[in-house]
Amino acid sequence: MTDKTVASTNAPAQGEVALLPPVDVIEDASGITLYADLPGVAKDKLHLQVEADTLEISGEMSLEIRDGMESTHVEVGSPRFKRVFTLSKELDCEKVTAEFDQGVLKLRIPKAIHAQPRKVEIRVG
Amino acid sequence: MLYRTLFPRDLFAELDRMQRVLQQSYDPSPSIRGFERGGYPALNVGSTPQSVEIYAFAPGLDPALIDVQIEKGVLTIAGERKIERPSVDDKTTQHLDERFAGRFRRVLTLPDDVDANAVSARYRDGVLHISIQRRAAAQPRRIAIQ
Repeated sequence: MTDKTVASTNAPAQGEVALLPPVDVIEDASGITLYADLPGVAKDKLHLQVEADTLEISGEMSLEIRDGMESTHVEVGSPRFKRVFTLSKELDCEKVTAEFDQGVLKLRIPKAIHAQPRKVEIRVG
Repeated sequence: MLYRTLFPRDLFAELDRMQRVLQQSYDPSPSIRGFERGGYPALNVGSTPQSVEIYAFAPGLDPALIDVQIEKGVLTIAGERKIERPSVDDKTTQHLDERFAGRFRRVLTLPDDVDANAVSARYRDGVLHISIQRRAAAQPRRIAIQ
């Protein structure tokens, strides 16, 4: 991968505008939990990809649109969502689990065992 | 809640947002209900000759707890969004906190010709789709010339 492609991973392909899904990211001792809002995206239109140290979440909405409908007020202006995160080394990408229900994605990324916290004893002597 | 787009690709959306901000500060008499962008759930509204279609982007709700009412030509969508939060202790850190949580209420003035008794509402994949029929008398009719 050249530098150019790395730099542009966060931008959608030419001619396509993607929305950023709002997320919550919570870290505890054993891993990271990510929640993302992707309303209107059906399960089979959600794509999750972990490649090297990047996590990409993308999805496409499938809304029922009546024939001949004209939009009069638009707050959600694109049917696509995309967001990319850089993962850190101590996360175990092999063990990512995902749930997706009513437009809410829950991802759990555990930390590798060796990266989990250990108490360091400090001896005064 | 406004779903942001990535700035470099979507300069026009960003300009649009700036223009709205400017309009807000210069408009001396905005609508009394101040129907503006940025609330939760985000709303898209469309219209066809037969109906008014409203899409409320409200992910992760229990459909039984969404309150949708039409009264005197005003549609109200209200409810509460509870989201899982970690128990606050010294071992958890919340790095990003962008999703809406809490009570919400959005109010929308409907066109005059809608029939409040012909409404259907469906909740699927986190989107509430409300379809309200227009009254038959208000629909365009072709008039035959004799």
